[in-house]
Amino acid sequence: MGPFKNFFSTTWGIIGVGAFIGLLAPILQKLGNPGNMGICVACFERDISGALGLHRAAVVQYMRPEIMGFVLGSLVAAYVFKEFRPRVGSAPIVRFVLGAFAMIGALVFLGCPWRALLRLAGGDGNAILGLAGLAFGIWIGTLFFKGGYNLGRTEKTYTSVGWLLPLIMIGSLILRLMFPQVEREAQSGVLFYSLTGPGAMHAPLALSLVIGLAVGFLAQRSRFCTMGAIRDLILFRQTHLFLGVLALVVVAFVTNLALGQFHAGFEDQPVAHTMNVWNFGGMVVAGLAFALAGGCPGRQLFMAGEGDGDAAVFVLGMIVGAAFAHNFGLASSPKGLGPHGAAAVIIGLVVCLFIGLTMRKKV
Amino acid sequence: MGTIVDARGLNCPQPVLMTLEKIKELAKGEIEILVDTETSKENVSRAAESRKWCVEEVRQDGEGYRIMIKKDGD
Repeated sequence: MGPFKNFFSTTWGIIGVGAFIGLLAPILQKLGNPGNMGICVACFERDISGALGLHRAAVVQYMRPEIMGFVLGSLVAAYVFKEFRPRVGSAPIVRFVLGAFAMIGALVFLGCPWRALLRLAGGDGNAILGLAGLAFGIWIGTLFFKGGYNLGRTEKTYTSVGWLLPLIMIGSLILRLMFPQVEREAQSGVLFYSLTGPGAMHAPLALSLVIGLAVGFLAQRSRFCTMGAIRDLILFRQTHLFLGVLALVVVAFVTNLALGQFHAGFEDQPVAHTMNVWNFGGMVVAGLAFALAGGCPGRQLFMAGEGDGDAAVFVLGMIVGAAFAHNFGLASSPKGLGPHGAAAVIIGLVVCLFIGLTMRKKV
Repeated sequence: MGTIVDARGLNCPQPVLMTLEKIKELAKGEIEILVDTETSKENVSRAAESRKWCVEEVRQDGEGYRIMIKKDGD
């Protein structure tokens, strides 16, 4: 085990990876991705859900190559460094449900923790409420951890199990290549494409994919996790992951300034609303769900790339949750809360509390 | 032979939580922690060092690792 075994797990390693993401996300925005949404795991999975026709919200349908890059980049890193560990069996159904409600909570706020940080770095004041909600949800999660909550042990499994989500991502990429966007057409083969709205805004395919692969590779090495950053700070007073998140915000802020993408304020922020009780509430649900499932939405993709079948189930839960969020009117829009968004937040919170309170055993 | 903490198959933050609980309980001595991922290995080592315990040895053990941590009495 040489000194260069894993530089990325050191303090400077995690800071470097956070800074790298903080640099590339605003650049992806410059290249075409939506405002303060250079990278948003929840939004992009929601767009994939729409592109597949699982929901028909016409403004958020696009096969986002970044998500495929995240999983496949992590897969490559895991194989290169011999860390691919096919494993599964730690309460997969619970992970599916947590994924679905994490997505619903995130779509009430309009962004996952990654985007909350990028919104802050772009000057969107509403993100402060979202981040406060996220921290509050994670704090509730830490109380459950102290009370003995856990989802049980995983088991080693067949290599092919670990490959399933990466294969789904390769399949998605093939679909994207087989059915490319046709100008002014809302459908190409089996895929849906937005003509207006955030779904119509995207960086060129190759650049999105390459940046996604790079982020996936580095995030696998560094174990970058936005939820873990806050959780470890609260639970263990450890700042390791938090330094990565801090680096992301600082570098994204500077990059936004340099690219003319920084606009401070609460009103008229891109893909955001100002109903701050619900910005807070949505992210409480999301933060608690991420905490109970052991990783932020990005981290779940990276773990799935390393062969974690339970993380893969969480990802599928998020994609299905996005479909429910739009089919049932739970997701917010720049106009504000969806017709059933408030009910969704309350139900999501009750479900997460039920899971947190009842799933404890000595391991 | 020190105490053994078996954190194999458990995801974040369980391995660190179990290690820190044991550290608090024993205050000094030797603890052997079993983990099955690189992430847990790094996290447990980092957590032990943050509590001024010394990571004596990290040994490959099948698919996972055995981490030996130690703190001498004053």
